[in-house]
Amino acid sequence: MNQSNTPSHASIFTAIVRRDVSLAWSQGGGSLLALGFFLIAVSLFPFGVGPAPQVLARIAPGVIWVVALLAAVISLDRLYQADFEDGSLDDLMVSPLGTLGIVTAKVLAHWLSTTLPLALLAPALAVLVNLPDGAYGTLFISLIIGTPALSLIGSVGAALTVAVRRGGVLMLLLILPLYVPTLIFGVGAVDAVISLTDPMPHLALLGATTLVATVVGLLASAAALKLAME
Amino acid sequence: MHRFANPAQFNRLADVILPWAIGAMVLLFGAGLYYAFWASPPDYQQGESVRVMYIHVPAAWLAMFTYMVTAAASFTALVWRHPLALLAGKAAAPAGAVFTALALLTGMLWGKPMWGTFWVWDGRLTSVLVLFFLYLGYMALWQAIDDEEKAGRAASILALVGVVNIPIIKFSVDWWSTLHQPASVIRLDGPTIDGSMLTPLLLMAGAYQAYFVVVFLWRMKLEINRRKLSVARQAMMHAPVGAE
Repeated sequence: MNQSNTPSHASIFTAIVRRDVSLAWSQGGGSLLALGFFLIAVSLFPFGVGPAPQVLARIAPGVIWVVALLAAVISLDRLYQADFEDGSLDDLMVSPLGTLGIVTAKVLAHWLSTTLPLALLAPALAVLVNLPDGAYGTLFISLIIGTPALSLIGSVGAALTVAVRRGGVLMLLLILPLYVPTLIFGVGAVDAVISLTDPMPHLALLGATTLVATVVGLLASAAALKLAME
Repeated sequence: MHRFANPAQFNRLADVILPWAIGAMVLLFGAGLYYAFWASPPDYQQGESVRVMYIHVPAAWLAMFTYMVTAAASFTALVWRHPLALLAGKAAAPAGAVFTALALLTGMLWGKPMWGTFWVWDGRLTSVLVLFFLYLGYMALWQAIDDEEKAGRAASILALVGVVNIPIIKFSVDWWSTLHQPASVIRLDGPTIDGSMLTPLLLMAGAYQAYFVVVFLWRMKLEINRRKLSVARQAMMHAPVGAE
């Protein structure tokens, strides 16, 4: 028997991640849209609350985090739905990786292609809302730690609503309440630095949130996808 | 537990429990409301406003209790495929949403004269608001998917994910130093609330609990009968013409 022709689990995994990342960045993919939304929505706030620098500085961490979170959500409705509609999800799920492996690969690809770029862009956008000097590093670190949780929790909502037509708004309703802890600890860390206190407790809790989201999010997403494919 | 998987048997059991539950509910609400509004003293600081507590605290307890019922039903439905468990979650959730809304509203009405504001974003209030959203999401997911079996199991997955919120609600008053007062009834060193106020509180808690049992059993029976009807209707539609 020719064993060498059977692809290993690792190569299937990386193939799926590569495929999803390149799809997300190709024409019609969601990543550029999410980044565009991030840019435009942040720049709306100075018009809404007025351009006073102190006011903007006060709300800057919250604005960046909330808008990053919403940008992540709007890119999520295609996470499984596109593959579900054209049938490729059926093929993926019978692969030797199993549903949990597929979910892990797709969530990792979503993080790499969409939510991680949001974190990379955030310091640049923070200039627009006058984030105080010295808070940029913490904002960046908090987003790096917190954005996996956005992809992981979002994956649960996307998987639960994959078979629902026009499920986007329902997905928002399911996901946004579950994002609250991530948001609280993420903003808390940045606010702590601005008020000259220690951001470490917030960052540690944010990390804990991401770890819980890793376990619960992957298992729940896999269960929800299996249910939808029955 | 699978003994009650038979809907007919469950209906019979419900019919036995229901009269007792209704009786307990009427008695407890009567006694509880009498104590809450007439036979208990006003608080030395809060005055008559303390009476809001007898509506508010049991509602908040039941909001969490009902979520745990929904989550336990969801777990049972997903793991053991217990046929009635899906319906149990569906029957409990709207009651839980109402308890949560009642706890939030009465808390706001009490907060305005006592704290000087309807709403603060402290840990307890925020996590209970999230609980309310979880109930809404659970019910919306039931509505969104046509296949009832699938809808129920999708909603069950969401209910189980949301369980992380329950300990956050319980311990939020200890983790964050906030405006909401910490636990004063269920404590290791015994309740710190005076007996004259504990009596109406516990009576009202019993009344809410009885109310939950009544509504829960009613809604379970409703769901079971609705299912029976749709099965019967389908059988009629698929029966050959003139088969009688």
